[in-house]
Amino acid sequence: MSDRVPSPEDTSASNWLDRATGVGTSLGRALMLPALAVITALIIGAVIIALTDIDTLTVWGDDPGEAFRLTLSGIGDAYRALFVGSLGSWRAITETLFAATPLILAGLAVAIGFQAGLFNIGVNGQMLIGGMAGLWVGFSIDVPAIIHIPLAVLAAMVGGAVWAGIAGLLKARTGAHEVITTIMLNFVAIFLVDYLLKSSIFQQPGRNDPISQPAGSSAQFPRLLGDYRLHIGFLLALAAVWVAWWLMYRTTIGFEFRAVGFSPSGARYGGMNVAWIYVAVMAVCGALAGIAGANQVLGLEPYRGISNFAGSVGFDAIALALLGRSHPIGVLFAGLLFGALRAGGREMQGAAGIPIDLVLVLQALIIVMIAAPALVRAIYRIKTPDQELETSISAGWTK
Amino acid sequence: MTAVSTASDVKITARATPEQRRATVIGTVLLLLAGVVVWVFGLGVESGARSTFNLSLPGERIQDLSWAVNSRWLAYLVAAVVAFLGGWVLRRSHLRWTNLALAIGLGLFALAFLTWAAAGKSFSLVGMLRSTVILSVPVTLGALTGLMCERVAVINIAIEGQLLTAAFVGTIMGSAFGIWAGLVAAMVAGAILGAVLAVLAIRFQVDQIIAGVVINIFALGLTSFLARRVLAAAPDLNSPGRFASIKIPILGDIPVIGSVLFDHNMFVYATFVLVLVLHLGLFYTRWGLRSRSVGEHPKAADTVGIDVYRTRYLNTILGGLIAGFGGAFFTLSQVSRFEENLTAGIGFIGLAAMIFGRWMPLGALGAGLVFGFARAIQQKLGILGTPIPSEFLSMTPYIVTIIVVAGVVGISRPPAADGQPYIKQ
Repeated sequence: MSDRVPSPEDTSASNWLDRATGVGTSLGRALMLPALAVITALIIGAVIIALTDIDTLTVWGDDPGEAFRLTLSGIGDAYRALFVGSLGSWRAITETLFAATPLILAGLAVAIGFQAGLFNIGVNGQMLIGGMAGLWVGFSIDVPAIIHIPLAVLAAMVGGAVWAGIAGLLKARTGAHEVITTIMLNFVAIFLVDYLLKSSIFQQPGRNDPISQPAGSSAQFPRLLGDYRLHIGFLLALAAVWVAWWLMYRTTIGFEFRAVGFSPSGARYGGMNVAWIYVAVMAVCGALAGIAGANQVLGLEPYRGISNFAGSVGFDAIALALLGRSHPIGVLFAGLLFGALRAGGREMQGAAGIPIDLVLVLQALIIVMIAAPALVRAIYRIKTPDQELETSISAGWTK
Repeated sequence: MTAVSTASDVKITARATPEQRRATVIGTVLLLLAGVVVWVFGLGVESGARSTFNLSLPGERIQDLSWAVNSRWLAYLVAAVVAFLGGWVLRRSHLRWTNLALAIGLGLFALAFLTWAAAGKSFSLVGMLRSTVILSVPVTLGALTGLMCERVAVINIAIEGQLLTAAFVGTIMGSAFGIWAGLVAAMVAGAILGAVLAVLAIRFQVDQIIAGVVINIFALGLTSFLARRVLAAAPDLNSPGRFASIKIPILGDIPVIGSVLFDHNMFVYATFVLVLVLHLGLFYTRWGLRSRSVGEHPKAADTVGIDVYRTRYLNTILGGLIAGFGGAFFTLSQVSRFEENLTAGIGFIGLAAMIFGRWMPLGALGAGLVFGFARAIQQKLGILGTPIPSEFLSMTPYIVTIIVVAGVVGISRPPAADGQPYIKQ
């Protein structure tokens, strides 16, 4: 099992970014691939928009010039809305940050796993369980916000950590592959949450559908800028980025995580308790995912739990972690980009009538190009760099 | 000298082998199940309550066939048999039959559960078994897709995306050109995604799990996008029609078995045939031996002249055809209409069924039937109004899979080279 992260002892890197990111490439080269991936994805997205514009497609036979103009204006409208909705105004920028908040937290939950050689597909389930724990604290006790919010977030972290810890424990004790167990635990969590939402503990009195009571006002994340939806969850995400960076690059535990990711057998010979580290890594990932889950119930209207409230965040997180090269700072910027796509995608759907699902397509295209650099190089005829970035993270179910 | 050897002999015999430990666990579980049957399913119903199982469906040649049984006594009988099986397994005398005992025990447990759920009411047993068979089809086909790929060491977690895309393409092409064209188009769509997975995994050596995740996200995004943008604008492209049921002569008229097995549309029959063909193909033909060798030890396979890459491409694309067939089942057999995220995780249940079925086609069918049974019960429980929340039944396939991969009830071992790219030297 090999990993993208160079050995922790690697000090040959020369500039500050290399040292900070651990990626042995210069700043330009490190950014070129993601930039080309995003641009290529947007171009393919434009083609998809053009090909699915039924009204315009019928014009091509009669008046190709007019059809061409209509097609271009259709694409232009869509991408203008994407830009306006994400960066075009103060409100749009706060919406981008608002959308980026859970993505950054969930992205960290995948990235730390990647660094330790674990593929955490279970962010979705960890968010759900963590979010439910946070929500429960949110409506069941009544204390001032200064105590209530930290308590709720802590409960969410514990909930997520326990749920992820199951997968870690199974891997440590029985060797069960975390990809299988976390996928399965996602589904278990979805049904468990559906059940809980209809149980007397959580369900809103007088309702029959799966919806919880609202969190108390003292547990709701306060907004940062008056009317805008941006809330303190974003500051929490920034703090999590810093903590994740500090943990991974400045502590012994982080060193051990990365050492296991680099070579589990090497770490074992080095005297590390690899089984315990697997559990610890999953717990840390789960705790981060738990905060993301709390964000989904305590950070936005109507401050309630609903069926599968984690949405697609858990899967976007995988894309984020890859785009951010599994580094906390990379995840931060990737999260901002995807937040912009989300916020802009909503505007695109409202103003230009392009379904927001296009954002998923763009994300898939971005990841595949990040995961297969050879693909981008083939498209743009770029020479192979001296150092091929490894993309293999997991090797088989049983390792 | 003799004393020492005796001591070590004793130690060796005293330490349980994994099989023996497993027998202990399974025996204990069976005894616990017997206890549950007595306390919950036996004492939980009123004495003298009867459960009526309807054994015929409306419109059948032989009508009003049913089986009424005293609910409590049946539970006691089941408990006795399950407890006997548990004790027998605990003796660890016939380790080979441990799993069979577990299977029988769980089957009887399910029967006792149904009897309890139907106490004082009547319940269409045939209807439920029929649903089991129908619901097992997409799961089995998904599992077959997965094992076709994994037998040649390409991990496929994109089954879900393949099913979804095929269901979508089948809807559009089926609406435009007829259901057979829809079926072919769906299979081609599945195969194309299989080819994409193969190119990413083999040519570009992308991490196979990432490749699978990407295909899933892409399929979900694109089909939802197109459904909202194209199908919403052209609703006549969203009504492909369905394959009709073909009742098999003579066999279809047998009571119970006829309705359960021999009165379906071609998807069900084709799935059974496919399972058989693949099982024979994989274990008794040259193609099968070569495929398995590529999955277990690609280097050795290469050394004896097997084209590893070609075999991997071929099987992954064949797997895609199967997934396409499975995807077509959703829109050309069941609902005849595409909706966003129509497959709703069935592809992942298929992945689970592949593991549960130990990477074997017959195993995949067995696992598919078990998971189909869980879904069928879940649908019927709502009608019977039992206190068991349906969510817990929905979880069953996933929990079973976790238990299986954790090796608690027997080890399910993937092909040795699974997921590793092969680099020819």
